[in-house]
Amino acid sequence: MITLNVNGKRRQVDVDPETPLLYVLRDHLELNGAKFGCGLGQCGACTVMADGEAILSCVVPVSVLQGRRIKTLEGLGTIESPGPLQHAFIEEQAAQCGFCIPGMIMRAQALLEKNPSPSQSEIRQALQTNLCRCGTHMRVLRAVERAARTMKAADAARRGSGR
Amino acid sequence: MTARRVIPGPFVSAALATTAFLAACTTLSVLAPIEPLSRSSFDPAMVAKGAQLAAIGNCNVCHTAASGKPYAGGRPLKTPFGTIYGTNITPDPDTGIGRWSESAFLRAMREGIDREGRHLYPAFPYDHFTKVTGEDIKALYAFVMTRDPVRAETPPNELSFPFNIRSLIGAWKVLYFKRGVFRPDAAQSAEWNRGAYLVQGLGHCGACHTPRNFLGAEKKRSDQAGGEAEGWHGPALDAASPAPVPWTAEQLYQYLRTGLDDLHAIAAGPMEPVVRNLAAVPEQYVRAIATYVATLAGQPTAVRKKKAEDALLQARDEGAAYPRIERANQNTAGSDRGLQNGAAVYAGACADCHDQGRHASSGGALHLALGTAMTIPTSANLIRITLEGIQPPDSEPGRWMPGYADALTDEQVKDLVTFIRAHFGREPPWPDVADELRKARQVKP
Repeated sequence: MITLNVNGKRRQVDVDPETPLLYVLRDHLELNGAKFGCGLGQCGACTVMADGEAILSCVVPVSVLQGRRIKTLEGLGTIESPGPLQHAFIEEQAAQCGFCIPGMIMRAQALLEKNPSPSQSEIRQALQTNLCRCGTHMRVLRAVERAARTMKAADAARRGSGR
Repeated sequence: MTARRVIPGPFVSAALATTAFLAACTTLSVLAPIEPLSRSSFDPAMVAKGAQLAAIGNCNVCHTAASGKPYAGGRPLKTPFGTIYGTNITPDPDTGIGRWSESAFLRAMREGIDREGRHLYPAFPYDHFTKVTGEDIKALYAFVMTRDPVRAETPPNELSFPFNIRSLIGAWKVLYFKRGVFRPDAAQSAEWNRGAYLVQGLGHCGACHTPRNFLGAEKKRSDQAGGEAEGWHGPALDAASPAPVPWTAEQLYQYLRTGLDDLHAIAAGPMEPVVRNLAAVPEQYVRAIATYVATLAGQPTAVRKKKAEDALLQARDEGAAYPRIERANQNTAGSDRGLQNGAAVYAGACADCHDQGRHASSGGALHLALGTAMTIPTSANLIRITLEGIQPPDSEPGRWMPGYADALTDEQVKDLVTFIRAHFGREPPWPDVADELRKARQVKP
């Protein structure tokens, strides 16, 4: 039995320790945000976060993730109440087929948590490992820039209100 | 007793020190600046030849900054003495070498002195370039002087005291720098000699593959015995070669041309741009280099042959066996906890690709029994590859391995590399894992 902390919840799964995290998320925990693209860590569709860093869940076994905070797309918001990045992707219509977008969003989330005001070249650098075959790159860039702005504004507002 | 023996050591040291001091004080001549030359003043055939030679010399690597203009300098090179920046060698008259005459260029290459008469740091490998023929230097001059001039100041070097005192390089040269063009060995073939000329001269392979002394000079008696570059180990090319399967000239050719050979590890780290450059030069040059390098290791001994057989068997027998974790457990039954954990990480994170072995058009990767990072004397390369992965440069095709810097904790990386060393390298544990891991974490891209 392996214990994982996913989106703030303690989850126990009965799998081989070598099972990639992606399979556990999708098949056991029914968190289908992260996608299976290449299975080799080459496309980024499976990107989730561990302790604030973007990782490729298709090539990381669950055994190494015990005790670490895993965050998936589902941890950023819901359909009714999307998180700032999700909202920005909707606003910018930054998807065509959409298969790569969960990975894009998670890697962008990891970037913005560390660097709230990235330059466009920093965004490009960070998202370099995530492939999109539809060609929505320019919209993805705009969405990340938009999310950075709204997240900063929200942060400033929070601080302004004295909390 | 020879005459040399009767001279007491201290006298020799004092004499050397005096010579070194005098060398440091010697004023070097300034060579007259020239008016910028037009491109059309160069013979296109010489420019084309110079382009090939520049690729063999890897000039672009140190003289081009990340996402900077070609040859405009600014790339930081970390050395044990501080950071030194590759200079602008475009023909810009103010910030490049546009005012350098051919003889100034020749002097820089052969003697490590710039046009204004200042010593150049030996990070610019004139200890190798001194071997290059006048004809080849002429072609290189034609090539660099016909590049697009770029106005770009080179950042000042960040060297620690006393290495920041440029004139002391004069003393260093007295001690360690031997001038002189390459002399062919009549006993060897023309191809071997061409290879030796390129390897020892422009290719400056020893800069990374030969160990250096405490003042950064290559130890001439340990030529190609394994060196260091930018935190990576340059494996020995001589009889101490750590390659599990001894290299043949044909395999070396494939490797140098494509970065990949069936039975050896991929070109990684500082070797990656080298093979990218060699991919574009005429075949006979690369063949010659391979021919020469293949002879450096000599005929494999019986011990090496046996090791090679074992590695090949391991690569064949351990391919794609399931379930991996059971095998991992068998492999490390009775060993300590760290090794067991390492085997488990390997089974989960690495085995999917590496147990398959590398085949054309597959996602499979080299079976680690055949890799060099496992058998070299330091864990540096294996740790760097584990953390950073293998990635071709932007917009270039190539093999890909994801980096595990963010997926694995320090403890997991240590256990993993310790397991890989024991199981695939079949060598005693590395003593430097914690140290190298700390260093590699600092260079995290």
